[in-house]
Order: sequence, then C-alpha cells, then structure tokens
Amino acid sequence: MSDWTRRTALEIADALAAGEATSEEVVTAHLDRIAAVDGPVHAFLHVDADGALAEARAVDAERKAGAELPRLAGVPIAVKDVLVTRGLPTTAGSRILEGWVPPYDGTATRRLRAARMPILGKTNMDEFAMGSSTEHSGYGPTHNPWDLDRIPGGSGGGSAAALAAFEAPLAIGSDTGGSIRQPAAVTGTVGVKPTYGGVSRYGVIALASSLDQLGPCARTVEDAALLHEVIGGHDPMDATSLDEPVPPVVDAARRGREDGLKGVKVAVVKELGGEGYQEGVAQRFAESLDHLRAAGAEVVEVSCPSFAYALAAYYLILPSEASSNLAKYDSVRFGLRVDDGGSTVERVMAATRAAGFGDEVKRRVILGTYALSAGYYDAYYGSAQKVRTLIQRDFAAAFASADVLVSPTCPTTAFKLGEQLDDPLTMYLNDVATIPANLAGVPGMSLPAGLAPENGLPVGFQILAPARADDRLYRVGAALEAALDAKRGGPVLAGVPDLEGAK
Amino acid sequence: MATLDRADVARLAALARIDLSDADLDRLSGQLAAIVDAVATVAEVAGEDVPATSHPIPMANVTRPDEVRASLTQEEALSGAPAVEDGRFRVPQILGEEA
Amino acid sequence: MSAADKLLGYEEALEAFDPVFGIEVHVELNTKTKMFCGCANEFGAEPNTQVCPVCLGLPGSMPVTNEKAVESAIRLGLALGCSIRESSRFARKNYFYPDLAKDYQISQYDEPTSYEGAIDVVLDDGTTVTIGIERAHIEEDAGKNTHVGGTGGIQGADHSLVDYNRGGVPLVEIVTKPITGVGVRTAEVARAYVATIRDLVRALGISDGRMEQGSLRADVNLSLRAKAAPGEDQDAIPFGKRSETKNVNSLRAIERAIHHEVGRQAALLAAGKPVVQETRHWHEDTNSTTPGRSKEEAEDYRYFPEPDLLPIEPSKEWVEELRATLPEHPAKRRARLQEEWALSDLEMRDAVAADAVDLIEETVAAGTAAQAARKWWMGELARTAKEQGIELADLPVRPHDIAELQVLVDTGAINDKLARQALAGTLAGEGSPATVVEKRGLAVVSDDSALEAAVDEALAAQPDVLAKIKDGKIQAAGAIVGAVMKATKGQADAGRVREIILKRAGVEE
Repeated sequence: MSDWTRRTALEIADALAAGEATSEEVVTAHLDRIAAVDGPVHAFLHVDADGALAEARAVDAERKAGAELPRLAGVPIAVKDVLVTRGLPTTAGSRILEGWVPPYDGTATRRLRAARMPILGKTNMDEFAMGSSTEHSGYGPTHNPWDLDRIPGGSGGGSAAALAAFEAPLAIGSDTGGSIRQPAAVTGTVGVKPTYGGVSRYGVIALASSLDQLGPCARTVEDAALLHEVIGGHDPMDATSLDEPVPPVVDAARRGREDGLKGVKVAVVKELGGEGYQEGVAQRFAESLDHLRAAGAEVVEVSCPSFAYALAAYYLILPSEASSNLAKYDSVRFGLRVDDGGSTVERVMAATRAAGFGDEVKRRVILGTYALSAGYYDAYYGSAQKVRTLIQRDFAAAFASADVLVSPTCPTTAFKLGEQLDDPLTMYLNDVATIPANLAGVPGMSLPAGLAPENGLPVGFQILAPARADDRLYRVGAALEAALDAKRGGPVLAGVPDLEGAK
Repeated sequence: MATLDRADVARLAALARIDLSDADLDRLSGQLAAIVDAVATVAEVAGEDVPATSHPIPMANVTRPDEVRASLTQEEALSGAPAVEDGRFRVPQILGEEA
Repeated sequence: MSAADKLLGYEEALEAFDPVFGIEVHVELNTKTKMFCGCANEFGAEPNTQVCPVCLGLPGSMPVTNEKAVESAIRLGLALGCSIRESSRFARKNYFYPDLAKDYQISQYDEPTSYEGAIDVVLDDGTTVTIGIERAHIEEDAGKNTHVGGTGGIQGADHSLVDYNRGGVPLVEIVTKPITGVGVRTAEVARAYVATIRDLVRALGISDGRMEQGSLRADVNLSLRAKAAPGEDQDAIPFGKRSETKNVNSLRAIERAIHHEVGRQAALLAAGKPVVQETRHWHEDTNSTTPGRSKEEAEDYRYFPEPDLLPIEPSKEWVEELRATLPEHPAKRRARLQEEWALSDLEMRDAVAADAVDLIEETVAAGTAAQAARKWWMGELARTAKEQGIELADLPVRPHDIAELQVLVDTGAINDKLARQALAGTLAGEGSPATVVEKRGLAVVSDDSALEAAVDEALAAQPDVLAKIKDGKIQAAGAIVGAVMKATKGQADAGRVREIILKRAGVEE
C-alpha cells in the first residue's frame, strides 16, 4: 500500500480520479502522520479531523456516484492561520485572537471548498505574519523538520514545515516580505508569491495591505501551479484584485519540465548576493545557474541599485500599514478583552493590546505609528513610498533585458531557534532578497536548489518575473527542478530526516 | 532627524493604545531607536521629483454597483463579542468623545 | 467648568468685534447600500442586523467603493460649483473609538473629490450672499453608541452599547471657506446656508436632508476679531481663535448657537481673557454650548492613502453627463418662477416660507393660471393647514385637484363661493372637486329664465332700486345681486344677475 503522505498532490489527485484510493484513506493517512510527528514539529495550531474526514467522505461518495469533480477534489490541504475559515478557529498566530471562530469564509477558503479539498487544519505563523522564523508566534515556535533545533522560516513556517514533514501535500501561505518564499527555502519546499492582486485578499488577515499576497505552497513546482489556479483570479470583494484570468501556470510548469528553456533570458541581480550570503547558499545558486544554461537559457547580470534601500522602505511601509490594520484588535467586537471591571474602554483597549500582542507586533505598531505621525510622514512613510517607485523602475529596466530575475532566496540556511531573537535588525536581514518583489508587486517563487554542503540544510533559489507573468516562474522553476531531481536522483526532500520516533 | 527616545515611545504607545510597563519601555526604546536609524536612510534617495507609489499595480475606478447583499445575522455579528447586551456590543465607560 | 458662561448680547458684541465663521455639513446619502459594502442603508432596523464583515471591521475584511455614492458626491460637487478632481484617493483617518469598527475611518484627506466652489444663498429680504466652498469629500459614517446608566449622556454613564448598523453609511462632508463681512447677519446667513444645502441635496435627490433625523448634520465654527477702525482694512486683521460647535440639530439651533458663541467669546475678549480653540457641544435645553473634554494634545490622525481602494478618476465625459442632470439652483428656480408667475417679492417670499412653491408649480403645470393656483394654496389651504397644525403638503388635496377645481370656476360651472364648498368636501374626503360638485349638486344657476325670475322677484321687493340705477347709481344694483344670491343659496352666476338687472333698468355699463 502506498504511503500517501509521500506522494505529490498531482499523484494523489490522479490516484483518486482513477479510483486507486479514496480521499478518506488519504486524509486519514495525513491525520495519522500529523498525530505522529506534530508534537515535535508543531506545524499546526488547530487540526480539524472531523471536518476533513467529513469532506473526504462526501467527495468519495460523489465520485462513486459518478459526479464530475474538480481536479484536486479530495486532496487534503493545510491552511496558514492568516486565512479566515468559517467555523474553524483563526488566530493569525496571536493570543489576541485566541479562540476566535470567524462567522465567514475568506474568498480563498471558499475556493478551496469549491475545489472540494479537505482542510486538515490551520498552520502556525509569526504573530500577524510579522517575522522570519515563526518564533514570534503567540503559541510557540514551529520546528524545522530538517533539524528540530532550527527555525522553519517565517512568517509561514507552519505551512512549510507541514509540507517538509509530509503532514500535508499542499498548503496555503501568505507573503508580505518573503513569508512564503523564505520558509520554502529553509525547508526544501516550493513557495510562490503571486503578482499583487493575483489572489484575493478578502479574508486574509491584513498585515500590510499594499504588500500582502496569499500564495500556494507545495513540494513540487507543478503542485504549486495546480493550487495557484484554484485560489487565483478576480474577486469583486477585493478591489485590488486583478480583473484578469489567472496566468496559465500549470501549462507553463509542464512546458518547463518537458521543453526546456531555449530562448529564455535569465538575469542575476547583482545586489541580491555576494557579501553576507552563506558559502553553501552561493554555491548551490551558482550550480543552479549552470543547470539553467544547460536547459537552454541565457544567463546575464543586471544591477538594481535601489534594492539597497528596499529593506529600509519595507520596514517603514509595513509597520505603518500594520499599525492601522491592527487597530481593530481593540477588545470590542471580537478577540481578547482584558477587563479589570472598573475601567474605561480606553484603559481596557490598552490593557488588552498589551496582553494580546507580542513584542515584535508592539515594536512594529509603534514604529508605524511614528512613521505616520504628523511631522514625520514625509521623511518616513512618504519617502519609503518614493523608494518603492525607484524599485519598480529598477525592475522595469531589468525586465527589459531579461525574462526572469534570479537570486538566492535568502542569505543563509536555517539558523538555530533563539539565535536571532535578541536583535530585530538581524532578523530583518533574512528578507533582504525577498522584499523587493513585494514592494514592486511582482511575482516570485522559491524552489529547492539543493542542500548546503557545510551543514546539509536546504538552500532556496528565487525566481522573479514581471507583474502578471507568474507563468514564467513556473516554466523556469519546473525546468530547474527537473534538472536538479535528475542530478540527485530524486527530490531534495528524500533527504529529510525520519521524524517518527524523534524527541 | 531626531532619534526616537523613551518619551517618544511612551507617547506613541499611548496613541496606539498599547500599555507599556517601564520594563517594556526600556527594552523597546533601544530597539526602536536602532530600527529608526536604519530605516531613516530612505530619505536619502527620496527626491522631490520622485512620485510616491501607494498602489503597486496601477488601477483606477474599481467600484461595485449599489445593490444590497445579504448581511450577517445579528447572532453571527455578535458571535465573537466579549460582551453583549440588548443585541449590541457592550463596552465599559467611554471617557473620550466622538471626533 | 459648567457654570453658565458670561455672555454679551449679540448685537452689542458685534459692535466691537467682527465675526468670522465656517460651517461643516455632513450629508448622509440615500444610496441603497453602504459606502464600502452591500449592507442595506436603511434607518430603524434591529441593532447589528445590517452589518457584515466589512462594516463590522472583522479581521480579513476589505472595502469596495459604492459607485452610486461616487456619482452622488460628484453631482453634489458640481451643484456647489466645485471642480472635480481628476484623480482622488481615499485616505485612512486613524483613531480609536468604540463606534468606529476598524478604529480608522475611510475618508478623503488631501484629495477630496470636489474642491473650490461657491454657492449663492438668498436671505429672506432678497439679499444674496456668496458662500465659498473649500471642499466636499466622501467618507463613511460611524456606528452608534448608546450610553447606559447616569443621565443617558456620555458623562456619568456606567457602560455603553454599540450598534454598527449606521457604520459605513456614505457621507459627503461639505466644508465652507471662512465667511467674513456679514457682521450682524452672521447667524442669519449661517442658517440660510444650511437651509440652502438642505434644499439642494433634496433637489438633487441624493439625500433626505432631514436634520431632525440626522441625514443632514452641521458643525459651526466661529471666531471673533477686533473690528477695524474707520479707514482700516478689516481683512488685514488676523482671525481669532475659533470654537467648533457640534450637535447643532436644527436650523433654529444654528442661529441660536451662533448667538451664544458670539456672546460668549465677546465677553471673554472684552474682559481681556483668551478664547480657547476647542470643540464645544450645543445644548438645546439650556440654549448654550459647553466645552468638550479637553485633550492634552490634538489627536494625530496619521492620514495615509487607503491601500485597499483604488483611486477614483472620473472621466471628463462622465462628469459632463452628470452636470447635465443637475437641477436648477433653488434660488435661481425661485427667481424664475416668481417672474413667470408675476408675483411680488413679498408674495414669493410668503409662498417659500409656507413651503407652497412646489405645490403651486405642480398646479400650474396641470393647467391652472399662476395667480389662481397661488390664491388657493396660500389662501384657503394654508389657512386650513394652519388650523389643523399640519404641513400644506400633508393636506389630502393634490395639485391636480386644485387644477380641476379652477377649471370648474373658469368655465363658470361654479363660482368662487361654491368652489370653497367643493374644496371643503375634498378635504373632508368626499372625493375630487368634480365629484363633490356633482354629489352635492353645487352648480351655478346660469339659466336666464330662472335668473330673470329671481331678479324680478328681488326688484319687486325693492322697487326704489330700479329708479336709482336709472338715475346713474349703478352700484345700487349690488343690493339686488345680493338678494338674488341669497335666494339662490349662492348658486347664481353673479355676473349674469348683474347684467340682467342693468338690462331691466335699460342701462349700459
């Protein structure tokens, strides 16, 4: 009997469609896996066994009755706890939303349900998506399946770890400055941030409205493409969503895998590399470029000088928008209330937010309040928005001479838990390569480039494409993935340690 | 540009409705001052002639027709509320006043 | 402090000081749905039943702009003579308050949809004052706090209850430029301005414009400065510190609040004390303003462009299409009607004051001569309405009824006296005037033989009249006319009777 937890989503979908397995079997296998390993991994904040099995059984019954079902029907999925799910607790990794059960579904949730995908549960994340290690979760960190003493990346460490630990074949993440891509890089999985507006934000708990995007997480490029097509597309409930069809990402992935990259121009971004990048990261990156050349691509270099200011601009824009987006957590309509019984609502609000928010959230909210305040707007938020324009211009110039831009996804492999907690600025540097894409709104993917020789930990390869050209990510990514899998004789995740019996 | 000091942080925390203990203030002030110094560099390149980008993908005139959609039921609306009275959200005494 | 402020008299104050004022009017639009979500925009529902994740500010929710609200806002801006911004972004106004579901209000900050306009306000005596309009911008309303315990007001309340049904309702805020140079007429002008805005939004069909229901709200700003000496330029003297008075819920309250604030500020200044720049609340019961809770520092709203909404960029073509839908300016319309109806200034003013202009216009449109229409509405009907203590528009008679009535008079079927009887019947619910005339058998007797018989009878009773008429005293005929009218219970055609009498006397008129 197949171990369904080791299969790709595509393989599972095909097997279900062919009647070789039932969704109930597949879901049960994953729930068993979660029960076996999630103690040490802690990818999940909430597991909905009943709900997932009920949907699995419903899909099985309909399939048996001959109903026509969507492509991924019956394939289970994990959902980052940033996406609102009706009837399932949704916390955004924060204590201030502990126990909140939304009375509505986000649009992406509705699309998953319409795709008949059983939702296994909600995954852990840095509180309100602020972080690069999932250590800022109000519910304790997630542990990297490659080494349980290490971080799984953030803010979407839970989704990435669930994939790497074979607890789910697919996951939903969100990416504001790299929160899908960086966890993918340090866990050896695939993560995509679509073009801004490519996936509806209605029902995504907002961090920074002009930067946030929901995106697909998987173990293979093609799986990510399948999920991308389920959740992507115009939504009238999100005014910023693109009123255009989803780019043909599944098709592009297939072409990349089968047809190679002849005629494709790939440009390395000079500023996203070099000093500060771990040796093994640089090495695997260079080797990946060789694979792209071998597949027929031309590799050149471009310079994007304004990227030097991207981190600063990001850590002004994000806190500013977040300080406003997080104001609603005020004890009145939902969530935590800290009430000493004799107080005023002003005092209760302040006490609630003090108790419910962690340090990183407090830092960013206060920073954002400062950056927007009278007399400071022009120098801080206003200036950061101008840097944004410069970054967009650099991207435009770069894309004039290349189809995609590439870089290592992040400067290092997974660091140890606790290692960077004392210095926020050091933690911020993890996002230096991923942030520019969010500022410009362009799509980006991270896929495994192999393991760093010095420590055997996963390295991520980042691909960036022009806005609306998400399909290019999948074409190039699939080609690289095929080459790397061929070279090592299997996927990178074949090398992840056995977790059962761990700790 | 002025750097962020402890008194600033206290004032901002009040504006953001977050209680901070003295220990919190001590810890956060140093960290925040360092962050502000690091991000202040944006002003170096933000020339007068550079327009600001508030929306990464340019679009305009996105609206919806003036047509009624189903609302939540009262029960759904109140479902997450810490305190309810008479179909309304109950809050402690309000000190300030409507703007 | 709550002891009554010392006040100078209004006129007395304005002998020494020059007033400068401004008004902010919030217009609640009558769209079907709220500004940023599809919840119904209706008054009076059970609490928290017209809410959704968006207007409740639930995590993950997002706003989407109501296209009708934008259209209404642009039409209002055009009617105010404003320029319409080519590209305007919404902005977040950030502050914490329980009735503000997101703890920020989506509004417009430095990019209001409409800006730089002016509107003429016509005062009762016909004077026209041009009010400069700074801007008119779109924003969303907050929910409603109810205070429990204490007196029901916010002070001394034990706790509060919040209903978000009103949260998210579309508002347009109109801000005037500072208005100077109207001196002692300040209160009058302020009132007339708000009344003009009220009439305008009703004429545009974008709002009910009812202050007593809250669909039109006004805040009054007022400051005083020293009066210029003769030969000195008043405008060279800088503005004083101003107060902003909120909770001014009626036209009358606007005048009273200004009277009060002028008196209060003048008393302070005359005593050498400073006027504090602050927000105050108007109290109808005590005819006074009290200061709002003093804040240590002004609230910093940290405005920034709303990232969840895209800019509004109305095309020039669309704006011109909307301009073509504008109704006539209320004052211009009244001037035109006055001329068309050949009314005196006083007659027109009275008609306006009685809210009869629309009714007269409709009656004229139904075919009645203007003077006749005016006579009915301002005469018999106005009197009846006053007796019953109701508005003219609430009487159970419509303009087409009056038109029908007047046709009966014009064709001679009935005379004026009978017409009043018919009208009384209509008011009593007996049906249209024609129906009443038929049912009651009200008809002018114009059958000559019947009239001649009646005349002869009357002449026989007063034999000396005929001689008087022949003698040249034509007016003596009046007594016979009266007798005949009495005998026919008013149903004789008085004019015809008179003719017959003169014929009998052999006299030409």
